[in-house]
Amino acid sequence: MLSYIRKRLLMTIPTFFGVALLTFLMLRVMPGDVVEYKLRADGGALVSEETIQAEKRRLGLDKPLWAQFGDWAIGLATLDLGKSMWTDRPVVEEIGARIQLSLQVAVMAVVFGVAIAVPLGTLSALHRGTFIDQFIRVITITGIAMPPFWTGMLLLLSLLAVFQWLPPLSFTPIYKDPVANISQLMWPAMAIGYRLAALVTRVIRSSLLEVLNEDYIRTARAKGVYERVVIRRHALRNALLPAVTVVGVEFGLLVGGLVVTEQVFNLNGIGRLFVEAVARSDFMLIQGLVLTTAAFFIVVNLVVDVLYALLDPRIQLH
Amino acid sequence: MTYLAPHHRHGRVDEATAPLLRVENLHVEFQTSHGTVRAVEGLSLDVRRGEIMAVVGESGSGKSVTALSIMRLLPSRNARITKGRILFQGRDLLDLGDEQMRDLRGRDISMIFQEPMTSLNPVLSIGEQIMEPIRIHLGYDAQRARARAVELLGMVGIPAPEERLHRYPHEFSGGMRQRVMIAIGLACNPSLIIADEPTTALDVTIQAQILELMKDLSRRLNIALIVITHNLGIVARYADNVVVMYAAKIAERGAAERIFHQPRHPYTMGLLRSVPRLDMAPGARLETIDGLPPNLAAPPAGCRFAPRCGYRIDACAAAPALVPVAPDGEAACHRVAEIENGTIGRAAPPAQPAAGSAAVPERRADLLEVRQVTKYFQATRAVHNVSFTVRAGETLGLVGESGSGKTTIGRLILRLLQPSYGSIVFDGTDITAASDYRMRSVRQKMQVIFQDPFSSLNPRMTIGDIVGEPLGYYGLAGNRAARRERVTSLLENVGLRPEMAQRYPHQLSGGQRQRVGIARALAMEPRFIVCDEAVSALDVSIQGQIINLLEDLQNQHGIAYLFIAHDLAVVRHISDRVAVMYLGEMVEVAGKEAIYSDPLHPYTQFLLEAVPVPDPVRERARQPRLLTGDLPSPLNPPAGCVFHPRCPHAAEECRRTVPRFQEVRPDHFVACHKVAPYPDAVRA
Repeated sequence: MLSYIRKRLLMTIPTFFGVALLTFLMLRVMPGDVVEYKLRADGGALVSEETIQAEKRRLGLDKPLWAQFGDWAIGLATLDLGKSMWTDRPVVEEIGARIQLSLQVAVMAVVFGVAIAVPLGTLSALHRGTFIDQFIRVITITGIAMPPFWTGMLLLLSLLAVFQWLPPLSFTPIYKDPVANISQLMWPAMAIGYRLAALVTRVIRSSLLEVLNEDYIRTARAKGVYERVVIRRHALRNALLPAVTVVGVEFGLLVGGLVVTEQVFNLNGIGRLFVEAVARSDFMLIQGLVLTTAAFFIVVNLVVDVLYALLDPRIQLH
Repeated sequence: MTYLAPHHRHGRVDEATAPLLRVENLHVEFQTSHGTVRAVEGLSLDVRRGEIMAVVGESGSGKSVTALSIMRLLPSRNARITKGRILFQGRDLLDLGDEQMRDLRGRDISMIFQEPMTSLNPVLSIGEQIMEPIRIHLGYDAQRARARAVELLGMVGIPAPEERLHRYPHEFSGGMRQRVMIAIGLACNPSLIIADEPTTALDVTIQAQILELMKDLSRRLNIALIVITHNLGIVARYADNVVVMYAAKIAERGAAERIFHQPRHPYTMGLLRSVPRLDMAPGARLETIDGLPPNLAAPPAGCRFAPRCGYRIDACAAAPALVPVAPDGEAACHRVAEIENGTIGRAAPPAQPAAGSAAVPERRADLLEVRQVTKYFQATRAVHNVSFTVRAGETLGLVGESGSGKTTIGRLILRLLQPSYGSIVFDGTDITAASDYRMRSVRQKMQVIFQDPFSSLNPRMTIGDIVGEPLGYYGLAGNRAARRERVTSLLENVGLRPEMAQRYPHQLSGGQRQRVGIARALAMEPRFIVCDEAVSALDVSIQGQIINLLEDLQNQHGIAYLFIAHDLAVVRHISDRVAVMYLGEMVEVAGKEAIYSDPLHPYTQFLLEAVPVPDPVRERARQPRLLTGDLPSPLNPPAGCVFHPRCPHAAEECRRTVPRFQEVRPDHFVACHKVAPYPDAVRA
């Protein structure tokens, strides 16, 4: 298992290289760069061409593409993502400041979502076709249909209407003040987690229905195993496998893709940083962000594969 | 043992002789999209302690539903027991609460299922799965439960049980998994075990091991056993009493010997005649039961067997009741009396082999020659150094257990796989390295019929399109009208009505689908067809029909068959010559008579002895030697002779050198050090 993980991690190096090269090239193909955005905001009339060229030289944008990529790639090898072209702060710092929040929201959303989805999916499968199933179906389809930012707005509005209270607006790290931290982040986590829960509930329901038809479930019942043990120990463990995949993919998306939801809850997360970076053509920051989210996807995929192997002894990791 | 039908036994019943299980007038219904299906109607049976009762019938006859009803494991969504009682040790199981019933399952009654590959939970170790009922029902702590699990695994013949406890089902072979299932069944010393087709999914040598084990355990531990099966050989060997079911009802019941020697229901009679048997005269044509079992959503009024019965009379329009037959049992037929006194139903005496046919038949020209072919799948040696020929117009039966490489051989010949070494010559052309273009014309002459008639036909194509498709590819039938005409004649050729061309595969029965597969193969007018387990998935009465069809087609068109199968009786029936494979190697090839009456290779001998004969008297007089152990892993095949680890005659040279595959008698090839060419062959 450990050698497998090592091998997989080694295999990420070419993946990263590919992601880096593609992002780099795609950004350079687009017209405009950060300098023009910075200095020509008013049509560029007030800034001399010389100043612009000087600024481009300072940021290295005047070099040929291969040299720009070379500089960046060499930095990457030492885990230096370069400096933001807008703020001049190191990209690592810019991302580091936001990633904590984004990660925490993603983790909380997944925990919340799974905690709801497992019992709901099980209940739904066990009572297939009954009122309970129909009711859960309504809840889940609503969850899939409603975008999380909309759910989030409804949440905030109802907090305001019922309790005349709004969650804190500024981020406090969890180790400084857990209460303030959680009371700010639990709402976006719930909004996002609801959609995830809805998705995973559907997955668990259908895979559990399939598993319940398996011969080994009948064997378990023929042994006189308690029904709740049949469900928990024999059925659910097999039915969770497809859910693990869905949660993995969704988790990857949550870390970089919550642009609108972050806006609604006024969260300074990765998603917002992404939008800002793109709007300013801050090449270095965009590249750093893409690599960071790619890293998350890769790690999450690896975790999913390892979880699979732990849940299903038939899967051998080589 | 005398048998009394339940309704003959009035009054007080002595505790000692009271049946352990009594099913009275059981009715089970399923709600389906096609309406209500009455899966079991009015079934009654008694099972005593230590008795082995066989329930025989084709798929859909209600035998498995009966078993699940006794366990109360019918799917609660759409199945319902509408009438009847199931008395176990005097208690009606249908009156028990769910919790009481759960407590009974696995403790007093346990069940062994058909599919050992899917009946064990893949994510739990077998130790956990065996210990589960022990801990629940006997309240053992982990340590004692573990000790009991080890004891049980030893009892069912699994070597090194302590180590195996931590293993998962996928690490075991099918036979080993079925042993684990039996161990689970025995875990709490039940008084009744229901085994639903316990050996159907297993190879014949494993089947014999498992059945001997179950019989021995049931005798030793005084366990009543209900064996549900379609294999009459198994019934003959093991059952005390037999219930024959047809279309949800009991057709006949009684002591096994009587059922086999004096069947009183036309269905039982037909069933017994339509099974190819190892002790049958060679060359005899199989008698078959024509037609199909009725649709239980709309069963025919009156006797359900009447539409397929050769003895149908006007009275059959009314449903027959079970009437007693002498000397024991009952049969549901209006004409029992006539059958009993022999007015009707006397089976035609089996055709005797023509005198002088034992002489060596003349050799026909070779159509296909396989020369020292070896196939590796990565490190796995699936086929090793195999040579044989198929002659024009003959049937070569290819037998062997799962993992012996017989299916791989079929695929190599069809060039669906590329051999690693060796060559294959078809009709004078070496096709081993033939180009795709070249293969196109070869494939015209070389067709295949697959095992599973359910998954090998495209569900979205009509039967006409399926059969006509190859005609289009090869431009064999010019215009559409010509093509339609050809399809019609092909369908008629395989005994299907031309209207069938408009239907889709799911609208056909398994036997009809297999006919479609045959028609598709015939469309190319091939000279050679690979039949890969072509009749294995079919019910006994349908299987006979298809075998006869294949034989007729061979006589008409002179097609050669490579008939790959694991059922030795079927192979004997249809083949001219038989090839036996073991662990990827060819161990023996000879004419059918030579193989079956005088097998030379020890493995062939074991294989043939493992097959039960559907005749209780002869079967029970037999003391078959059983092959022990499991098939070695093809990843690491034994050195020397591949069979030596399981061979009773193995000597030093068998461990060291690979025996040559040589002709030891005219047209009889064997790979064994112990078989001397010509006069002094070893006899076990």
